[in-house]
Amino acid sequence: MTAGANSVSVAMVGSGGAGVLTTGEMLLEAACAAGWNGLLTRSVGPQIRGGEAASLLRLARSPVECMADQFDLLVGIDWVNAGRFGDEIPLGESSVLVCDPAAGAPPPMAANAKRVIELPIAEITKAHPAWRANMLALGAAGHLLGLDESALHGVIAKRFAAKGSEVVAANVAAAAAGARAVDTERGRVALAPVAQAAAKRWLITGNEAVALGALLGGVRFAAAYPITPASDILEWLAPNLTKVGGTLVQAEDELASVNMIIGASYGGVPSLTATSGPGLSLMIESLGLATAAEVPIVIVDVMRGGPSTGIPTKSEQSDLNIAIYGMHGDAPHLVIAPQSVGDCWLSAQWATGLAEALQAPAIVLSDQFLGQAQTAITRPVERPPTGKRRVADGANLPYARYAAGGDGVSPMAIPGTARCAYTADGLTHTERGTPTSGAHDHVAQLDKRRDKLDGHEYGPLWATIEGDSETAVLAWGSLTGVVREGIAQARADGVSAKLIAPRLLLPTRPAEMSAALAGVKRVLVVEQTHGMQFLKYLRAHYDLPAEVSVLHRPGPLPIRPHEVRQRLIEGGSR
Amino acid sequence: MNAAEPLKCRPSDYKSEVKPIWCPGCGDYHVLMALTRAMAALGLPPERIAVVSGIGCSSRIPAYTNCYGFHGVHGRSLAVATGLKIARPDITVICASGDGDGYSIGGNHFLHACRRNVDLAYIVMDNHIYGMTKGQPSPTTEPDFDTALAPGGTGLRPFNPLVVALASGANFVARAYSGNPNETAELIVDAIKHPGFSFVEILSPCVTYRPDQRSWKDRVHPAPVTPTDDPARAARRLMTDDGFNLGVLYRGHRAPYTPPTAAAMVAPESLEEEFEV
Ligand SMILES: Cc1ncc(C[n+]2csc(CCOP(=O)(O)OP(=O)(O)O)c2C)c(N)n1
Ligand code: SF4
Ligand SMILES: [Mg+2]
Repeated sequence: MTAGANSVSVAMVGSGGAGVLTTGEMLLEAACAAGWNGLLTRSVGPQIRGGEAASLLRLARSPVECMADQFDLLVGIDWVNAGRFGDEIPLGESSVLVCDPAAGAPPPMAANAKRVIELPIAEITKAHPAWRANMLALGAAGHLLGLDESALHGVIAKRFAAKGSEVVAANVAAAAAGARAVDTERGRVALAPVAQAAAKRWLITGNEAVALGALLGGVRFAAAYPITPASDILEWLAPNLTKVGGTLVQAEDELASVNMIIGASYGGVPSLTATSGPGLSLMIESLGLATAAEVPIVIVDVMRGGPSTGIPTKSEQSDLNIAIYGMHGDAPHLVIAPQSVGDCWLSAQWATGLAEALQAPAIVLSDQFLGQAQTAITRPVERPPTGKRRVADGANLPYARYAAGGDGVSPMAIPGTARCAYTADGLTHTERGTPTSGAHDHVAQLDKRRDKLDGHEYGPLWATIEGDSETAVLAWGSLTGVVREGIAQARADGVSAKLIAPRLLLPTRPAEMSAALAGVKRVLVVEQTHGMQFLKYLRAHYDLPAEVSVLHRPGPLPIRPHEVRQRLIEGGSR
Repeated sequence: MNAAEPLKCRPSDYKSEVKPIWCPGCGDYHVLMALTRAMAALGLPPERIAVVSGIGCSSRIPAYTNCYGFHGVHGRSLAVATGLKIARPDITVICASGDGDGYSIGGNHFLHACRRNVDLAYIVMDNHIYGMTKGQPSPTTEPDFDTALAPGGTGLRPFNPLVVALASGANFVARAYSGNPNETAELIVDAIKHPGFSFVEILSPCVTYRPDQRSWKDRVHPAPVTPTDDPARAARRLMTDDGFNLGVLYRGHRAPYTPPTAAAMVAPESLEEEFEV
């Protein structure tokens, strides 16, 4: 028997009512309770409720930030429409297939998996009507992974506690039966054991991490218009903002939500909204207003496939252009992209602080993968620098809200402050806020708003930079984890590469990027877009070495680590 | 309110030094006069008041007051005002629009602001035209009014903002005429004092693109009835009036919107507990 793998990937599929999604969550929870790390994503058919579903899990000894190259284990509770997930569940020869021979022929993607373990679900549940198929599958998967049975039973007991001890007992018995029914000798996918981690750990999604981070960053007002895959942020904030003395309002549309947060922030309360591409498109005009009127706001864009309604449930990085360039006029603002689920917590705090300190709108550019992947992670501890709004107190009179000069950040008067009343304006204005069409004021205010952002010292959080090599891989957002793993794979093949992943996408940092690229001769750009938006952004703002290639693909299919490895081994160029 | 603050009681104390861009004779001058009179009558310190607007000639009004002002983008003033008022219930928030800003591009926000019933006063300077963009038809323009954009008229039935406000849940509905600044001031005071969403439609002539509106002074008249709190009666009156009845036309009793509050406050750091394994 081997010591077990460092990472094992499990896919579970089944049709409506089979309970695949619950099973995936329970397996992750149990693995997490046993000390492992992992992440879980879900894939569902187009039906609003029910329909086929897949739980895609990766469990590992150390924290993981992306899906693996292939799945080691596919458990089919049944095969109804399972072929739909073919592209999302790559299997190899070493992969193990667990299925009920009575369920009929497995879908084509299962043909690669040469090791098949039978789990007679129909037969067992016929003999024991109280046992549910998904609990048999859960027990079987747990057993094959080498998961401690007590951890699994603990999760079952917790999950079904409200339904009474009989239900708990039946489900525990079913899981135990599932474990007994599979023959581990036919296909071992065991994970290497881990010691219970000393550090606190969380089971959290990126959307929850963003929301928690925003509250820690000081957000106390949110306006919401529902949209997949961002609604979870708003739904988490609704009760929790109330608990910390804040408020969430449901708006009639995104034009309203962004303007509500502008109003609340003008009133002195740090404010946020969350949306996805279609909502961000609607908000753009008012983002320019927040820039011009210098009102701090945070907008979280959880990107999904676009354009238009696109693919609401799948990840893509194709809102980069609109986030950077969407506004009319010259409209400097902040764009910050979290790189992992834990980083969502950090980035949201950092973005809130920066927006407040620099009196500018900040877009947090997350994506469906980060937002909705449920992960077991080590609790992040290091909090980003905090940012506070500079407010006017009526000491310097006459009050000039938009006084230029210095670092470009002028004290903002909060309604209620005597002797400082002013009108915030989206029209080009003088230092006192009075509308003007004069060239001098226009340029002075454009300079002010540019300089306050460009001149700020952002520190090392601006980018993740790892390793040293003449070859660099440039990536951002959720692709950072994929690239990190691809580089590690290539290293095993004797090929080195440096990772450069900017977290701060706007304002750009030319000097810092030049330093990061010093000595780099070849660059591989990795991004999940069809139109190579990141490559074009990099070319527009940074000096890249002569040899540049790109690995890009739109959603919904993720870019996997081995593709990065492959490109690095080929020499990082075509 | 800060009790130590001396209460200013002259309308001029609420006027800023910024010179209005309005055409001579524009009805909006009188609205500004009425607004500052209303503020003086309320006796609130200017820094406790915020005037929020969108875009249009009428929407220029915030900077002409001495209060906190917000001159945002076209059509979104109610959203800004809603966010501000919910975040800062201690501030008196007045939202100002034109008929294009409030009924056309901002129409959806109008419906939902009425329905949400946040404690705001909403004044719309209705001149039945897009003044700022030089004379295009608005939702309240008469169907046969000839413009460059709609030669011969739009042929469309005008929007009835008061009926829409009532049907959408506004708690206070009134019509004013800018040419009667004292009465308009009284209606604004009433609207500010009335809890919930209070809507005052102010007929405010555009002398440049609607010189015909000079005749409004002869057409307006006090509403021949006392205000009702019965929405059905108010609806019948508003559906059948001539568009020139002035005064409070509906005064409801709906409780204003209040955000949910927690029984006990917690530190944000403690919220992470739900994620702990
Ligand atoms: C998004 C957008 N569309 C169009 C305009 C152009 N615009 C400015 S004011 C205005 C109409 C204003 O009409 P109204 O609200 O009736 O104000 P008035 O000038 O009549 O007082 C329009 C269409 C704009 N500023 N923004
Ligand atoms: S165009 Fe009409 S509404 Fe605008 S300022 Fe002139 S008179 Fe007033
Ligand atoms: Mg008008």
